[in-house]
Amino acid sequence: MTEPAVEDLLRELTPQVLGALVRRYGQFEDCEDAVQEAVLAATVQWPADGVPNNPHGWLVTVASRRLIDHMRSDHARRERESAAATEVVPEEVPSADDTLVLLFLCCHPALTPSSQTALTLRAVGGLTTAEIARAFLVPEATMAARISRAKQRIRAAGSSFTLPSGPAREERLRVVLHVLYLIFNEGYTASSGSELLRADLAHEAIRLARMVRAQLPDDDEVTGLLALMLLNHARREARTTASGDLVPLDEQDRTKWDRDLIAEGTELVKASLAGPALGPYQLQAAIAATHADADTAEETDWAQVHALYLILERVAPNPMVTLNRAIALAETGGAPAGLALLATLDGDERMAGHHRLLSVRAHLLEKTGDLTAAYEHYRRAAQATASLAEQRHLRARAARLRP
Amino acid sequence: MKFLISMHINPAVLESLTEEEKAAIGEGHGRFIQALKESGELIHTLALVDPSQAAVVSVRNGQPAVTDGPFLEAKEFLGGFYLVDCENKERALELAAQIPDTAIEGLGVEVRQVMFADGNLEA
Repeated sequence: MTEPAVEDLLRELTPQVLGALVRRYGQFEDCEDAVQEAVLAATVQWPADGVPNNPHGWLVTVASRRLIDHMRSDHARRERESAAATEVVPEEVPSADDTLVLLFLCCHPALTPSSQTALTLRAVGGLTTAEIARAFLVPEATMAARISRAKQRIRAAGSSFTLPSGPAREERLRVVLHVLYLIFNEGYTASSGSELLRADLAHEAIRLARMVRAQLPDDDEVTGLLALMLLNHARREARTTASGDLVPLDEQDRTKWDRDLIAEGTELVKASLAGPALGPYQLQAAIAATHADADTAEETDWAQVHALYLILERVAPNPMVTLNRAIALAETGGAPAGLALLATLDGDERMAGHHRLLSVRAHLLEKTGDLTAAYEHYRRAAQATASLAEQRHLRARAARLRP
Repeated sequence: MKFLISMHINPAVLESLTEEEKAAIGEGHGRFIQALKESGELIHTLALVDPSQAAVVSVRNGQPAVTDGPFLEAKEFLGGFYLVDCENKERALELAAQIPDTAIEGLGVEVRQVMFADGNLEA
């Protein structure tokens, strides 16, 4: 087996093996360390010696042996225990279920979102600490401390390795979906650093979302999130120029959009909208699908986009949703109507001085012909953003209007 | 999100402090660094030498000229910084408030988000 194939296999097996170990021994923190060591051993041995017949069993055995090594310092006892561990026939536990439990554990509410993200990538995604550190542009020591702190917190919170039930399960699932969404966005909104690693994060988020959907096929928001990721990912080639400049949606070369991903995403949106629930991921995916459906920017069904934003505003009120609805409203009812809706956001302190509010207002002012005010707003928006790509884009917009 | 928390010092203010006060500042920074390392929020920290040791470099007609610093006619100078990676701006402000300098009149602590970063992350 070639090395990338071994890597893929290990990434697939890591959460299953970890799940099996935690189910058997408890102690998430120690099990996680042991599995990382077993995976490391496999990356060295398998490409050289070949993949064992039962790779899952091999990993469980080696990780169990490491775990017991760590747990028992007494030499004789360790020998006896590890000998016993090698004889253990891997139980036929449903590994897919374990992976979901593991994902729920990593998204424990005692952790901050960035710790949930890091732990998920390591325990469920099978990425090494070094890979995660590179993807988030922090030193490895920083990421190692964060992951180790996260594991301690989970232990301190006294979590058991079971799926929460009832409303708690529903609530935790929302956190899981949010973490996957954060991972995807980290990969999708490349601002600086190695683009390649960022693209990996988007792939990883999609892989994990597919995995969750395979286990919860009836949850419409899970389906909606996967659809949203696929539809956004389909546009990745058209989103930036070769030099890394942003290309807005209406100027993108739509022949560069990935039609297969769009078809798959659109199918999923349709399936999710047929269900009883209507959540924010489904609605955002439906909006993305509406954009994807138009062969040219002019053919965009803005009335439908606006209607979807209206529903989204009711389901999950948020000033950013209102802001986006203002864009759709300006397309259907004219720029002044869009500007009037934007004015309702002026009192919202979450939006005060936000570059998105400034840039959308600039865009609509430009449409009404008030070029002086548009120029000023583009400039202020450029000052307010923390993204270099966005800043270049907004400065370029302003430069066209310089009085 | 990455933030640069920079410390703007006034050398005259620092000199006016007692030895105990200076030691307390040093210990405060030590504890702060330890806590940042444990939480996994520290990327890097640097302290700079006294502004009297600064040099200002300019190149005119291809000829470099070096004069005594500092460049700015100011009472406060950049004394050092913390580069952190934390959850959001509120957390960055909370961290900055833990820096001992914030309790002393004449020393300033400023927080700004990082827009671009490059270099050796393993350092």
